[in-house]
Amino acid sequence: MIDFEFHQASDLDHAFALLADYGDDARLMSGGTALVLQMKQRFSQPGHVIGLRRIPGLGSIEKTDAGAVRIGALCTQRQVENHPLVAQRLPLVAGAYRHVATPRIRNMATVGGGLAHGDPNQDPPPSLIALGASVVLSSAGGEERIVAAEDLFVDYFETDVRPGEIITGLVVPPAPEGSGAAYLKFLPRTADDYATVSVAVVVTPDEAGNCGDIRIVLGSVGLTPIRATAAEDALRGQPLNDETMRAAAATVQDAVDPLEDHRGSTEYKREMAEVFTRRAVRQAMTDTGMV
Amino acid sequence: MPQRINLRVNGEDREVEAPARRLLVDLLRYDLGLTGTKEGCSVGVCGACTVLVDGEMVASCITLAAAVDGSEITTIEGLAQDGRLHPVQQAFIDYGGFQCGICTPGQVMAAKALLDENAEPTEEEIRGWMMGNLCRCTGYYKILESVVAAMSPASSNGEGQGS
Repeated sequence: MIDFEFHQASDLDHAFALLADYGDDARLMSGGTALVLQMKQRFSQPGHVIGLRRIPGLGSIEKTDAGAVRIGALCTQRQVENHPLVAQRLPLVAGAYRHVATPRIRNMATVGGGLAHGDPNQDPPPSLIALGASVVLSSAGGEERIVAAEDLFVDYFETDVRPGEIITGLVVPPAPEGSGAAYLKFLPRTADDYATVSVAVVVTPDEAGNCGDIRIVLGSVGLTPIRATAAEDALRGQPLNDETMRAAAATVQDAVDPLEDHRGSTEYKREMAEVFTRRAVRQAMTDTGMV
Repeated sequence: MPQRINLRVNGEDREVEAPARRLLVDLLRYDLGLTGTKEGCSVGVCGACTVLVDGEMVASCITLAAAVDGSEITTIEGLAQDGRLHPVQQAFIDYGGFQCGICTPGQVMAAKALLDENAEPTEEEIRGWMMGNLCRCTGYYKILESVVAAMSPASSNGEGQGS
């Protein structure tokens, strides 16, 4: 690791001041599980690292007036997975965080750090996007910018976080009344691995029992999490049966653009994206209790 | 850039001057001579370097020492009290929870962290928690038995302490 200067930010204003001082030469660090690895491998060689973990006020999980759950950016991923409010209102999110790596990593890694990392293989983003979550970005002077989780990830390990901004929170609305949800992670190697393919689905049946609204989001099959809009369009308003689910899932092969790696070839992941989409839609439908 | 790092390690205040890039595992092993903590994979996957920072289980191989300045650190050397092994250590001996031993300090620290948080975990909870501690000798059943035994040290098999 190339040496650098470490600055422990005592509060948000201090962090913004440090960011202003060191600009492009600074990287923000909370749990460090991503950045320290990148620095060890010299993918990242900042002259200054700004530690965020001691900043007060960013570690709570609360219900908002609108009924959503606001998660402070410095909550560890294990806090989210184990929090009663998340378990009760966002079981999909609790389950997705529980899939991340190992308990030790989830003890260290934070919610905000995970989002800022922008790794398309991570577990939480597909579920967060499927639920319509939004990310709170703060900048000096108390300004806040709200970005939909869907729009946060712009390219491979690249996010819409702008210079001078710090992710301070994540707001996740619960799944709609009567809806069903599923998150499937295809893990052919070891339990702590990244997914070969992952799929999150939230489906809300209409009054006739057909597919009212549906969101299908895949992870690990492209440069960012990918929303399967063609599959969603194919199902909206349709009865959910084997035929419609098969036809919709088949469109996912064209929506994804998987990188070949030791978890599988591009072709294999493309096929698995279809298979796991089909299974996830079926499981989400079962989860509505209508089947 | 060297800086002063103050830690309370196993109940003792320690001050070390180290560059910002110093990892906690290296500070423990090389600056403080506490070589009980092992480095395995160096990327936070294998669990050999597990220590407790303010009571929370972390991977010391991907933790910057400077980032935990002011924290309380517990390593394997801090478990025995007054010459008596910690119940988790005793259980690993009584139940043969190790083979070559390189992963053992991490296994013991992880098991201690689990039992500190949840005094009576189910077998499934133990498996879920310990999944991040790899044993290349694959001695997993004995490790599981050791953790189960450590839950109620009084009922251990009698070769160890107490019963």
